[in-house]
Formats: sequence, C-alpha cells, structure tokens
Amino acid sequence: MIWDWAFAFEILPVLASAAIVSIEATLIGFALAASLGLVLAVVRIAVPWTGWTISVLVELIRSTPLLIQIFFLYFVFPKFGVVLDAFTAGVLAIGIHYAAYCSEVYRAGFDNIHRGQWEASVALNLSAWTTFRDIIIPQAIPPIVPALGNYLVALFKETPLLSAIAVLELMQTAKIIGSETFRYTEPMTLVGLFFLAMSLVSAALIRSLEGLLNRRTMR
Amino acid sequence: MGIRTLVAMLVTALVVIGALATQESYKVFMPGLLQGAVLTIEIAILGSLLAIVMGVLAALARMYGPAPLRWLATVYVEIFRGTSALVQLFWLFFVLPQFGVTLNAFLVAVLALGLNVGAYGSEVVRGAIQSVPRGQWEACTALNMSRPQMLRRIILPQAFVAMIPPWGNLFIELLKSTALVSLITLSDLAFKAQQMNQNTFKTIPIFTLVLLMYLAMSLVVTIGMRLLERRASLGLARGKAA
Repeated sequence: MIWDWAFAFEILPVLASAAIVSIEATLIGFALAASLGLVLAVVRIAVPWTGWTISVLVELIRSTPLLIQIFFLYFVFPKFGVVLDAFTAGVLAIGIHYAAYCSEVYRAGFDNIHRGQWEASVALNLSAWTTFRDIIIPQAIPPIVPALGNYLVALFKETPLLSAIAVLELMQTAKIIGSETFRYTEPMTLVGLFFLAMSLVSAALIRSLEGLLNRRTMR
Repeated sequence: MGIRTLVAMLVTALVVIGALATQESYKVFMPGLLQGAVLTIEIAILGSLLAIVMGVLAALARMYGPAPLRWLATVYVEIFRGTSALVQLFWLFFVLPQFGVTLNAFLVAVLALGLNVGAYGSEVVRGAIQSVPRGQWEACTALNMSRPQMLRRIILPQAFVAMIPPWGNLFIELLKSTALVSLITLSDLAFKAQQMNQNTFKTIPIFTLVLLMYLAMSLVVTIGMRLLERRASLGLARGKAA
C-alpha cells in the first residue's frame, strides 16, 4: 500500500514537536531580520555616506544563496574562534539574509513619507531620534506591514534549509524517519501539507491585516 | 542600483576571483568549483525555461481556461507557492519513486525548481496582462479580433515589458535555489564546496570563492535583464510615438 494511515498517525507527534523548532527558528529569525533591517534602513538615512556601502552589502547578501551563507556562518566562523551551534548559526544566517530584503521594504516605507514631515520636524526643533521615533516610524511602518508579512512567510518556507546543518527541525526529522523506516511517502507529504496549511493561513491573515491597516490609514 | 554600479561589482568580483585563483592555496580548488558551476548554470538555465513555460501556461489557464483547467492551474500554483522548494525537491526525489516513477536527480532538480518558480511566475504573468490598459482590450474587440489574436499581437507584447523586472528577480531566486540540489546528491557548486570542505578543511578559501562565483552569476542575470528591459521598453516607446 502506498499510503499507510497508521504510520502517518504514529509519526505525527514526532513531526509536531519538530514543527515547534521550525516555528521557533522562524520567529527568532524574523525578529532578527525585522530589527536588523530597520537599523540598516535608518542608518542609511541618518548617516548618508553609508548609503553606498549598505547598497553593496544588501546586493551581496541578496545575490548569494542562503544555503551557502548558512554553511559560511557554520563552518567559517569557528576558524575565527566563534563557535556557534547549528541552530544559532542557521537562525543568524536566515535573519541576516532576510534583513537585507526587509531593509529595502523599510526604505520604500521611508521614501513614501512626505518631505514636509521631515521639514516640520526640523522646524519644531525635534532631535533626529525623536523625529524617527515619534514622526517618521509611526507613519512609515503600517503601510509596509503586508510586505513584511510576505517576507515572514518566505522566511518560514526557508527554514527546511536548516536541515542541511542537521538542525532537528521539521525537514530533518522527516528525513530521519524516512531513512530509519524506508518510508518517505508519509513524512515528506505531511511536511509538505504542514507548510501548505501554514502558508495559506498566513496569507489569509496578511490579507485581513492589510484590509485593517488600509481602513485605519485611509481616514 | 544603477547598471554601472552593477557592472562595476561584476568586474570587481571577477577580478577578485582571478586574483585569488593565482594563489596556491586557492588555485587547487578552482577546477572542481568551476566544474560544479557548470552544472549549476545548466540547471539554472533549464529550470528557468521550464519556469517560463509553466508560468505562461498557468496564467493563461487561470485567466481564460475552462473551469477544470482553471482549478488545476490554481491548485498547481497554490501547492508550489505554499510549500518550500526544498520540500518539493525532496518529495520528487524520495516519494515519487514509491509511486513507481523514478527520475534521475538532474531531472528532479530541473522539474522541482522550474515548477516552483513557474508558480510564482504565473502570478507575474497574470499581473502583467492585467496591467495592460482596458482601452487596448476594447480596441481589439472593436477591431473584431479573436481572443488568441488580441493576446498574441496586442496584449502580450505590451505585458512583456512589465514582466521583465519581476522575472529577473525570479531568475535570481532560481539561481540561488540551485544550491539546494546539492542536497539530492547532484554535484553542483554548493556540493563541490561541501565535499572539498570535508576533505581539506580549507573552509575560508573554498567558501569565499563559492560566494564570489554565485555573486558573479547573479550579477550577470541582473545586468542581462536590465539590458533586456531597456531594449524592450525602447521598442514600446517607438510604437507609441508612431
């Protein structure tokens, strides 16, 4: 028989606990990407001479495969005396990779702020810090939340790459089950269905969030 | 980023690769890595071609196909966009043989990456077709053109220009995804890097070269698509003026 329900139910708890690792990696990775991306975008505006350097850096990160970047952090850092365990190295690589994408999203958000807002802040003698915190960021962030959400989903779908450095997440667990039992159909299909379900749910969430934000900003 | 900066980056990357390749500690890895790079390029090109075909077919099926075809295309797009590329690659590689279909790893790689990017591409094609102004459609109807005729002669040539930049991004994504095929035993660039790293532990030279090679390949794609965009939109502007 091609599909064995009993076997599928047997491995479900194991996969479920591995899914938690995948979700953890996603959340930590995205927190890193969102904050580092914001820092990159803000530094670019606050310190103009860094603009070129940051562009090149972003282009470098976006032009090379995430898998190689994960290997790089995992294998090359120990040569400099920084030994990271697989989960940390993997999440760090994912976070930095997506920070490059997020910084471009933030940049688009900042570019959409009307010039007058900056000028008014200068006229009111607000410090750069206050301008960013109280004037620019509250206006720039809501419109880009859906774009950031899309990257959250994309990042989630990249977490199986962590299996390449043997992090016990969903994909790696499915592979181990497969190699122990010689049955790949059930674990691989369940992993696929899990990703499909999560992506569809998050896509629906992002769409409703988008509607909500549009209503709030279109006063 | 401007095309000049991109070209400058490409030249720099190539010069750095060339300079490193003259050094003894880097030189030994070059033949193996270049061999891997050739396979990477082959998979990327074949995958891109499949992606274009699937993207156009799925988009047309979703927009103009009869209901069953429309559902089929929607299911295809949702499945391949909703699960990750690595899952698809492993599914085709490990699970398909259990249904009696055994494909070699190269074919699996091209299929998985092509189908994956094709699903994203179908949305690009759909968006680009819908971005052609309504008046163009109405004019076609007024001229009594058949649907294939208006798509082929009026709509698609205009939609083509709007498609170029997003397809460029997708080709880059595909090129980067080829690194995943190293996990299904194909000896592409990423696989060679891993293998040499395990044999020699010369981690820094190997991964530096590999990153630079991927960078150079991505830049070639980016620059190529920019030039194509420039040419295609030139043609459109001329058409408009006349």
